[in-house]
Formats: sequence, structure tokens, C-alpha cells
Amino acid sequence: MIKMNNTQALRQLQEELKKNYDPNKQLVTICAGTGCRGYGCMKVKEELEAEIKKQNINVEVRATGCFGFCEKGPLVIVHPQKIFYQSVREKDVADIVTKTVMQGEVVEKLLYKDPVTSETVMKEEDVPFYKKQQRLVFGSNGIIDPTLIESYMAIGGYTALAKALSGMTPEGVINEVKKSGLRGRGGGGFLAGNKWEGSRKAHGSPKYVIANGDEGDPGAYMDRSLMEGNPHSVVEGMIIGAYAIGASEGYIYVRNEYPLAVIHLTMAIESAREAGLLGRNILGTDFSFDIKISKGGGAFVCGESSALFASIEGRAGEPRAKYVHAVEKGLWDKPTVLNNVETWANVPLIINKGADWYASIGTEKSKGTKIFSLVGKINNTGLVEVPMGMTLREIVYDIGGGIPKGRKFKAVQTGGPSGGCIPESLLDLPVDFDKLYEVGSMMGSGGMIVMDDRSCMVDVAKYFLAFLQEESCGKCVPCREGVRRMREILEDICAGKGTEGDIELLEKIATGVADGSLCALGGSAPNPVLSTLRYFRDEYDAHIKDHRCPAGVCKALITYSINADKCTGCGLCVKVCPTQATSGEKKKAHSIDNAKCTRCGACIESCKFDAITVE
Amino acid sequence: MINLIIDGKNVTAKKDTAVLEAARAAGIHIPTLCAHEAVSRSGACRLCVVEIKKGNRTRIVTSCLYTVEEGLIVDTKSERVQNVRRLVMELLLARCPESDVLQKMAQEMGVEPQARFVADTDKGKCILCRSCVRVCEEVVGVSAIGLFARGSQKTVGPPFHEQSDVCIGCGACAYVCPTGHIEMTSTDERRKIWGRRFKMQPCDKCGKFFAPVDQLKFISKKTGVPLSELTVCTECR
Repeated sequence: MIKMNNTQALRQLQEELKKNYDPNKQLVTICAGTGCRGYGCMKVKEELEAEIKKQNINVEVRATGCFGFCEKGPLVIVHPQKIFYQSVREKDVADIVTKTVMQGEVVEKLLYKDPVTSETVMKEEDVPFYKKQQRLVFGSNGIIDPTLIESYMAIGGYTALAKALSGMTPEGVINEVKKSGLRGRGGGGFLAGNKWEGSRKAHGSPKYVIANGDEGDPGAYMDRSLMEGNPHSVVEGMIIGAYAIGASEGYIYVRNEYPLAVIHLTMAIESAREAGLLGRNILGTDFSFDIKISKGGGAFVCGESSALFASIEGRAGEPRAKYVHAVEKGLWDKPTVLNNVETWANVPLIINKGADWYASIGTEKSKGTKIFSLVGKINNTGLVEVPMGMTLREIVYDIGGGIPKGRKFKAVQTGGPSGGCIPESLLDLPVDFDKLYEVGSMMGSGGMIVMDDRSCMVDVAKYFLAFLQEESCGKCVPCREGVRRMREILEDICAGKGTEGDIELLEKIATGVADGSLCALGGSAPNPVLSTLRYFRDEYDAHIKDHRCPAGVCKALITYSINADKCTGCGLCVKVCPTQATSGEKKKAHSIDNAKCTRCGACIESCKFDAITVE
Repeated sequence: MINLIIDGKNVTAKKDTAVLEAARAAGIHIPTLCAHEAVSRSGACRLCVVEIKKGNRTRIVTSCLYTVEEGLIVDTKSERVQNVRRLVMELLLARCPESDVLQKMAQEMGVEPQARFVADTDKGKCILCRSCVRVCEEVVGVSAIGLFARGSQKTVGPPFHEQSDVCIGCGACAYVCPTGHIEMTSTDERRKIWGRRFKMQPCDKCGKFFAPVDQLKFISKKTGVPLSELTVCTECR
């Protein structure tokens, strides 16, 4: 790429590139995010290329970022008709090329089939999973090649930067971001514009902007998919932010366990530098700014701002007291703006389309869209981007397709490990920063773990506390010792050793840990306990007083038995039982020897007649 | 000078003074474990928490780190504050049941060991206040010891818990340790700390063994004073 010395050159180049990326041209896109790579999409891609070569036709196969519908990967879209194929394997490739690409015929068996209506759906936008989404930030993931800056520029990439540099003052950019109401997507939900303004006004040099890509929540991967699938949107957002703040240096802090994200970000930074969009005198202006990548070692706590700074500085990732804000004294005690990856990716949109447009999406105090990773007991696992204010019910049922096997919804855990569990009675809650906080949970970075009636809420709280105990940095006493003691009590409760007064003691420790911890990790660590106690206290009582686990999860509190009326004596449970606890004559009702049974659940999974009961 | 109110008392303090010092100067006692005057502050033990009020908002902060502000209202004994302190004491008592310092402090605060917590047997008297690590780095300038691992696995000691080559056996860490966790045993000729034995230097004049040879070598290297001039004890100098 030739270095561009002014915004005019950028606009010219964009125009030229647009011609090459004609939406009416034939093209096959394949999702090449980490999820689909796990399914083997790169082999499918090779096969596609080989088949196209074999057929002697000239059609581009483009490996793009994540499309979001991870449940059904690998995903392939044939353009310009936008025919959406799911669960594509290598053996399907010949059909796709010879029928769809060459003759425009649809391969019926690869289409998405609506589990409710059993009808097939041809286009991506008509699949129920996508229908209610508003993919402003995430949408380009499915069309651009994340390894090519040209691909990003062809869809208007870096237009916002050109607009900011050629016609807006730094204050003007800040005002626009303030007016848009953009709040940080990383957890705290602070107004991004206020942070920027604070840092612009702060004394000290150099100033820094940092993108927080240390996504560590179990089950959450929206930031990864953005960094992998559209790295330039993050880079462009950061350059605009740096211009507004007056920052000359930037960092992207990304987990080293995200190798593809690291590669794509590195390529993005290098190509932006080559193009004159990073480095000295960006687009021929006086503004100079560059970005480095800092790779994290996978400590959850390093997502906390002061621990993240410590990590970049080369020290152990431990938080410090933040009585002076990072906008004044952040990285190396210099004014710093730290925003989440998704927050930065929102910035070009705001500058391009204007604050008023942006502020028209969402709720009164939470603007724009939010990407959630929808996982757990849900039919359509994947990444979804919805306007703020959509109800949990719409997300779980309309987009997520409800609970597998028709089981009953029990709770959804939002906000990562230190978020909270929201019960069925609150399914109509509009999801935004403040509403989630009001019900004892939080937005966090956007994790959503759905649980069904076979999830024990005490066990869930125990799981998250075990995670937090391991991930606590160990600096301050309440978090290091308090979280561990809470986990021990929860283990006792799950093991049938809970005692009267345990719930009150848990509440007492939880309050002390929340009040007394040094950083937000400790401050929010009791949330899994407090929110499950708030909505599922009866389950705790059942464990402690009745020595019973209503969900049938806690092994010490349950027994398996076979319902003789339902059992057909097929013998499948005998085959799968690892301890020979099930037995019986063929075609006669079987039984379980509870002395031998380890409650592993293999028999339940295998039984086709729902004959095994857990009590 | 900055004016603030601590426990209803009008207090004046210099700019940049920590609330802890301002309170102490006003005769108000706040318990601490990790705030040692020789080292920088970490806010790790959380015993010194106080509740501050600015406008209508109240918040819990560590008084050892939070500096005085004009018009700040501080409550050092509020219910929330007491709850945090009591919890911290209970947690520390369960971690270090053998510590007489903690037992005495708990008694003063009226805190009993929490029966529901199974007391640890492997943590010694270490509360991980990190004063030892800081004194070694900030005052001695050696950094022979550090903190390892995360969360409840965290420990303190020389790298890999092996004998340290850089430790000079000065004993500053043992001196600042608030609970007496760090063991330093001495005979006339030998001193043992962090699992390593140090040869002691006898005074050229009185013959008394007064400092580890390695420490004197370190001082000589740092200051440029020949080692031969350092082999006299402070009393005979």
C-alpha cells in the first residue's frame, strides 16, 4: 500500500477499492473465526478453492471474521444472492460450487432449518437468529477479509478518521462522543466522552490510549471476534480517540491465548502504518500516533485497569487503589484513556453517522447496540448484537431459539463471573447498563450464560467463586481470603454439610468483601452468591435443611432410581454405566444399586424413555 | 492547610497527608497491619478502611492511601467500617491462628475467631502484607524476595523458594514484618534467614559479631567505601 499524505488521497483510494468490491460480483465468504476453525472451516476453504480451480471459474473465496452463529458453523455465504449455508463440511463443497456458484441453484440440505416451523431459510438475514439483531459493529465481520486493509477501506473504513482529521477539532470529536452517550463496553459503563475529556484536560505527557482486549470471562468471546474479524475498526477508533485526547502512544492489550487476534491486530497495525494512518504526521497532518501490542498472560484480573497498566509496565498484574483516576494518572502515571475493544469499535460509527443517529438507538441512558455472547443451555449459541433495551426474553427465545430439548428456563447469568443470575420472573427486563445493575447483576463485557432447570444455583455460585478465587490477584485480604471462605462454605452446602447460619454468614462475608476489597474484582466477587441468594434462596434452604438438591446436580444429595413403569429393559443404561451399578433382565425393568452408583449421569443421557429419575 | 472532619472532630492537615496520619495526629486510633513507616503503602490489609462522605455519596476507602481533601467528612468507626474490619480480622485469624499479634489485635477489637472457618496450618504467621518485599526493594535495594502466584496460593519468599544468591542477610524484612513470620536465627558466627546461612563479621576492635559479611560487601560496593573500613561495629566506630 502506498503511503497517503492527505485525506483526499484516502478518499480516492476508497473509491477505487469499492470498484473491486462490487456487491453484485460473485463471491464465497466463509467464517474463519476461532469457533469455525475448530469445526474445520479452513479445510472447507481449501476445498472450495480447489473445486473452483477445478471447475476453471474465477470466483473469490474470502475467509472472513466470525459471523456469530457459532452453533451452526462452519458457515458459508454465496454472494451476490447471499445464500446462507450452515454446518458445511468438505464433502458439501462440490455441491456448493457446481450447483450454487455455477448455476445459482440452492443446496437445500445445507440451508438453515427453523426448528419450530421446520421451514428452510435461504438468506442470512431471514434466519431467526439474525432477524432481530442490529449488527452495526459486528456486521462487517462477515464481509471483510480481516487481513487486508483494502478490504476494510472498501466498505468505507477510515472514512471516520478522515472526517475527524479534516473537519473536526479534538474538542469537536469529544463533544460528538459525549453527545452520542457511548458508555464503556468493558464493565463499568462509564461515559466514554467524559473519560476522553478528563484525559484531554489532564496535565502530563505523553498521553496514552489503550484498548482493553483482556477478555477473560468464561464463555465470553465478543472482543476476540472483533479483534479477529475487524481489527481495523478497533485501530481506527483508537486513532480517532488519540486525536481527540492528544495522545501520542497507544497499546492494545490482548490475551496471548487469542493467537488469531494477535496476528490480525499486528497485521492491521502494520498495514495502517504503511498507509500513513499510523505513525508520524498521520494523513499529512501534525497529528502523530502509533500503537503497540501488549500481550497478556491470561490473568483475569489484568482486565482491571490498574492491573492492566501494571502488566504493560512489566510488573505483576495487581490492581492499586484508584483514588487518582487513570485519565490523570494511568499508564506510567501519565494521563490515560482505557476503553474496551468494543467501545473503540463503536467510535468510527459515531463519527461517520453522527451522535444524534447513535443516540437514537437504545434506551435513555444506554445508547447504541451491545454484543453479547449467548452460551450455556441455549439452542443458538453464538454472538448476538442487539440494540440496548431489548428484553432478555427476546434475546433468549427469539434470537437464541430457547432452551434445548424443550427444558425449562431457569436463569441467565450476565456480566461475567462477578455478574449475577437473573431469574425467569425478570425475563421481560430490558437489557441495559442500569437495569441489569438494579436487579443485582451487571452488563460486564457482555457474557450471557443461560441455565435450565437442571442447573443448581448453589453449584453455579460455587463454580463462579472457584473461578474468582483462582483469579484473585491475592493482594488484599477480603478478596483473597473472603472469596475462598465463601467458596468453602458453598462446597460444604453442596456436599450436604451445610449448617444453619451458613446463609447469614455468607451474606455477612459477601458484604464485607464487597465493601472492603481493593479493586472491582473483589468488589463484585460476591455477586454470584448475593444474586443467587436473592432469587433462589429456597434452593440454598433445600440443600441445608432438607439435604436435597432440587436440580439434581449435587452428587452428595441425590439418588438415582429407575421408574419401572417407563423402563423397557433395553439394557442401554447397563452398557454405559462405568461402575456396573445398573442391572436387570432383558425386557424387564432395571434397577440401580445406589452403593455402586457415582451419579455420573451417563444412564440419564443414554435412556431414551426418560425412565431414570433423580431425587 | 486542608480542613476536614474526622469522627465529628475538626482536623487540619497538610496537603497530601494520608487520612490515617491526619486521624492519628488528632488522637484518633485506626488499626493497621501493612502500613509501615519505612516502606511505601499498598493498601493490602484493609484494616485501616474508613467511610468518607463527599456531598451525598459515601464510600469506603483505605485511610493509609487516601489523602485529605477540603471539607471531607470521615467516619472511622461506622457500621460498614466495623464490618469490614471485623471480617478482615476473622479472615486473618483463620489464616494465621498462631499469630499472637493478630490475637491481641482481635481481642482489642472484640473479634472472636469464626468457628465456621477451618484454620489454615500451612501459612505460618504471614498475612501477605508485603512490607518485607517493599523494604528489600525500596530501602535495601536488593529485591531478594518477592510474591509468587495469585489468589489464595500467593506466597512470599526468594525466587522458587530456593536459597537466594542476592540476599545479603540484613534482616530488614524480619524487622518490618508485623507478625513475626520471618524467622531469623543467629549464633555469634552465623545468621540464618530464608533458608540460607550467612557468615557474620567480627568487629576489628571489640571482636563482637555485628553484621553479615555479605551485607558489608554490599554496602562497600554501593558506597565505594573499602570493605576494610566497614569491619568495625557501629559502637567502636
